[in-house]
Amino acid sequence: MNKTDVLIIGAGPTGLFCAHQLGIIGLSCEIVDNLDKAGGQCIELYPDKPIYDIPAIPECTGEELTNNLLKQIKPFNVNFHLNQRVEELKKVNDRWHIKTNGNKKFDVASIVIAGGVGSFEPRKFPLKECEKFEGNSLFYAIKDKTIFTDKTISIFGGGDSALDWAIELSNTSKVNLIHRRDGFSGAEASVQKVKELNDQGKINLYTKYQLESVSGDNKIDSVKVKHDEGEIKEIKSDYVLGFFGLIMQLGPILSWGLNIDKKKVEVNTENFETNINGIFAIGDICSYPGKLKLILSGFHEGALAARGCFKYAKPDEKLRFEFTTTSKAAQERLGIKSD
Amino acid sequence: MPKITYKTQDDKIHTIDVPNGLTVMEGAIQNDIQGIDADCGGGMSCATCHVYVNEEWLDKLPVKEDGEEDMLDMAFEPKKNSRLSCQLIVSDTLDGLVVNIPSKQG
Repeated sequence: MNKTDVLIIGAGPTGLFCAHQLGIIGLSCEIVDNLDKAGGQCIELYPDKPIYDIPAIPECTGEELTNNLLKQIKPFNVNFHLNQRVEELKKVNDRWHIKTNGNKKFDVASIVIAGGVGSFEPRKFPLKECEKFEGNSLFYAIKDKTIFTDKTISIFGGGDSALDWAIELSNTSKVNLIHRRDGFSGAEASVQKVKELNDQGKINLYTKYQLESVSGDNKIDSVKVKHDEGEIKEIKSDYVLGFFGLIMQLGPILSWGLNIDKKKVEVNTENFETNINGIFAIGDICSYPGKLKLILSGFHEGALAARGCFKYAKPDEKLRFEFTTTSKAAQERLGIKSD
Repeated sequence: MPKITYKTQDDKIHTIDVPNGLTVMEGAIQNDIQGIDADCGGGMSCATCHVYVNEEWLDKLPVKEDGEEDMLDMAFEPKKNSRLSCQLIVSDTLDGLVVNIPSKQG
């Protein structure tokens, strides 16, 4: 059981800055995120896209913003629990107990949900019949590539994951790469490599085709793909891999009893607390009159929510407002040595 | 004011006055049209405002910017007439546009 003052759900910019604000006022926190790295939408959706509306930073990429926020909270030695999705929530006396899908347990005084639009999950094939093969011969991510050795693999998608795995697996497997158009969104060098391997007969490239059906008893043995013009081809396949990026889903948070409207959690604007005492929501996931989905709004919300957490973590103490320019306590927490 | 028609999966037809300058996505969100999620809020980075545009309108729409087709690769059942509604800015030339909302956004 990890015992700390606050659990932050979501390691996007809003969650990271909230950790900073908690640290400044002397509260401890830990952060859970379903992705394998910090940064949230900034790192998953637009790591290389410049952002122009962070106050006092004329231009920075999603990755730079994330790295700077991580640097800013370094003095607080915040623990990250990545690849974890929160599942269960239980009130135990004045504390909250939370469990993740990876069976990590937390005992906290309050919770800050900074979950963006939800946790990132792989996008799946539209076909219903794909579900029964998921996890045995149809995958949206690769954990153990050795199972594909000497097998026939049909990979769907046109981004970097699809291209990189097609190239990689073509060394040990028979690879079909199927994509809905001639253009690819992945790196140009990978596109060229795939085309070369196709010319050499090491990859079979099918463009302007999409998955029409899958067949097999317990495991997949073939797929049918359909061309834009209607022609259907059957391709023998031991495994099917789909790489269509990630989509955000609210998941178990929906069942926590929070007031949720249109996938957003309702909060007050005094301290961004939800209808449940001790649970706060900040960033894209919260809604209130006038809400702007900007990173800068998330920073503001995080600063106020952090102060809202104080009374739950330290009920017998009074929080005094201080500036980092002059507060000895805040500077000590930041590890700044005084002359 | 231009009228935009949204056809939802349950065959309901919603014809809405959408002011010039808003996007087709915003017209849907502001009027509670079901089936357009717009998770990223119009940043062309999530493909959850995907619509199918009636054929006769395809040539009259603003051309796809770099990146829209890449995002459409991620969309649920993309077709030739797929567009991201956050990229369709409403103007008088779009008066009468009909878009069909897919069964799912992801």
